[in-house]
Amino acid sequence: MELEAAKFVGAGLAAIGMIGAGIGVGNVWSSYITALSRNPASKDDIGANIWIGFAVTEAIALFALIVALISLFG
Amino acid sequence: MAGPLEQFEIKPIVPIRVGDLDLSFTNSSLFMVIAVVVITTFLVTSMRGRALVPTRLQSMAEMSYEVIANMIRDNVGMDGRRYFPFVFSLFMFVLVGNLLGLIPGAFTFTSHIIVTFGLAAVIFIGTTVIGIARHGTHFLQLFFPPGAPLWTAIILVPVELVSYLSRPVSLSVRLFANMTVGHVILKVIAGFVALLGVFGVLPILGLVAITGLEFMIAIIQAYVFAILTCVYLHDALHLH
Repeated sequence: MELEAAKFVGAGLAAIGMIGAGIGVGNVWSSYITALSRNPASKDDIGANIWIGFAVTEAIALFALIVALISLFG
Repeated sequence: MAGPLEQFEIKPIVPIRVGDLDLSFTNSSLFMVIAVVVITTFLVTSMRGRALVPTRLQSMAEMSYEVIANMIRDNVGMDGRRYFPFVFSLFMFVLVGNLLGLIPGAFTFTSHIIVTFGLAAVIFIGTTVIGIARHGTHFLQLFFPPGAPLWTAIILVPVELVSYLSRPVSLSVRLFANMTVGHVILKVIAGFVALLGVFGVLPILGLVAITGLEFMIAIIQAYVFAILTCVYLHDALHLH
C-alpha cells in the first residue's frame, strides 16, 4: 500500500476513537438534566461543573483527532 | 492557495541570533505582547475611576477578579488565596490569547504545543514543589491514600502515579488541540466558499455558527485551564 493511501486509512481509523467521547459528552448533559429535574434549586451549584466535565471529556475526542491529523500531515 | 495548516507557521518579525540560538521576535511573541498590553490596559483604565458604584468597564474588571477569587476559594480553600495572582495572570493570558486568535488574520499563540506545554510544565512543577515543601515525605500519600488496604497498593500506586504524571500532558494537549482544531475547521470551511460560487452562502452561514462556537470554546478552555490548576493546587496543599 502506498504511503498516501496508508495515511488516509490511518486518519480514518483514528477518528473512530471519538465515539467514546461523544457518548461521554452526552452523558454530562443528560445527568445535568436529570439532576436539575429532581432538584431545580441546585441549578447554580452544579452549573459551573458542567463545563469542566464537558471540556475534560471533549479533550479525549481531540486527542483522537490530533492522532488523525498527525497521521495525515505528519 | 494555502492549506489549512499554514496559519500556524511561526514567522520571525525581528530576526535575532545569539550564537547558535534563534531568539527572533516572531508573530507568536508579538501576539503575546499584544495580549499582555490588552490585559494591562483593560485593568488599569477600568479601575482608574475607583467608583464605589462601578461603571460598566469597572464592573467587567471586578467580575473577572471575582470569578477567579471564587474559583480559588471554592476549589483550593482559604490558604490558596496567596496563589491568586498566579491563577489570575494564567487565566487572563490564556483567555485573551484564545480570543485574539479569533480576529481574522491574527495568530493564536495558544495553538502551539510548546506554549501550552510551557504553561502546564510550570503548573505541574510548581504544584509538586509546593506539595513537597508543605508536606515533606507525606506528599507520597497522594499516591497511596491512607486507609486503603495494603494489598491494593500494587495496582493503586502505579495507576495514581501515571494519572499524576499525565496531568501536564492532558492540560497542555487539551488547550492546544482545541485551539488548533477550531482554526483548522474554520479554514477548511472557508475554503469551500470560493469553490461553490453562488452557493458559497451556505459555507458562510456555517462559518458564522462555528465562529460563535469557537468563541464559546475559547472562553471555556481558558476557564477549564484555570480551574484544573486550582484542583491540582488543592491536591498539593491538602493531599486529597
